[in-house]
Amino acid sequence: MSDIPSEEKPQPHRRKTFDWSAAVILLIVVAAATYVYWRDGAARFYEVMWHDLDLFADMLPKVLAGSLIAAFITILLPREAISRWVGAESGLKGILVSAFAGVILPGGPFTIFPIAGAFIAVGADVSAAITLITSWTLLGLNRVLVWEMPFFGVDFVGWRMLVALPLPILVGLTARAISRALAKRGQAA
Amino acid sequence: MIDLAINISLWLIVLALALMTALRARPLLVSSLRQGGGEFLRLLPRIMIGVMGSGYIAAALPQDIVGQWLGESSGILGILIATIAGALTPGGPVVGFALGAAALKGGAGAPQVIAYSTAWALFAFPRLITFELPMMPANVVWLRVVASLPIPFIAAIAAMLIGRP
Repeated sequence: MSDIPSEEKPQPHRRKTFDWSAAVILLIVVAAATYVYWRDGAARFYEVMWHDLDLFADMLPKVLAGSLIAAFITILLPREAISRWVGAESGLKGILVSAFAGVILPGGPFTIFPIAGAFIAVGADVSAAITLITSWTLLGLNRVLVWEMPFFGVDFVGWRMLVALPLPILVGLTARAISRALAKRGQAA
Repeated sequence: MIDLAINISLWLIVLALALMTALRARPLLVSSLRQGGGEFLRLLPRIMIGVMGSGYIAAALPQDIVGQWLGESSGILGILIATIAGALTPGGPVVGFALGAAALKGGAGAPQVIAYSTAWALFAFPRLITFELPMMPANVVWLRVVASLPIPFIAAIAAMLIGRP
């Protein structure tokens, strides 16, 4: 237990503000904007811009709140308690707990992967860690409220979440079945 | 109205967590505020590009082609194309949502868009390589990917069966 740093720094310096994927997107965006200007004229070009600036302004307070919540949670998270809940023998309970934790845990890939990695390092159940990541990517409230809603609206996102609700548990159970089958084959060989 | 409620509840959570952090140790509050603020500033240009871009990409997308390949009537083939496109889309907080919303406006079917954003959330290949593999044991990452492979299809087909409310 002592080898988990209690205050894991999410290494902000390893990431540059502009990575290659952002550059590719920027290129696509400039191309699309130029094309719209050329095809539809300046009026349409500015109409799209104002609409998007409005959307952007809408998102700012939520993004700031989301960033702060992630920073606090990284410090407050009761790691020992969680690894007790999702330990190697936790089975279905571990999967259910992880599915729920994924919904409420905020933060980006910088928080979720180190947390999941730390769980595995101290002997947590692998399928519970996989459930956690899946639940966070599909149902994570922080992600949904801050990022998805502004683009898709409440109705669409609610519908998508309803559909996705059982999926993290399904992924966890599948992962468990696969790893058991592999272990069994390993024993037989 | 809902937007305001979301903002208020997010900031109430911020306040509660700030209080809990301050109660544990005052310097922790300062360092987490600084870290959260820094994260926000680093995200800003990406969000700006993602949001501004979604509008222009939506306007530029050729509607007849999007409608033909990913429209409501494109069925399972459309879901398959959307899933592959989602896996190839770079990670980051907004890109997949921005493009998915753009496609939806441009005539793509809702189940196909759900397949796209689900595949993007689960697999975004560039994110997998940059973040997940360095931070997690490789066999766990691949186990996760294999166990998740059918999920975009299940999500899209379930969305079709339930129907949009």
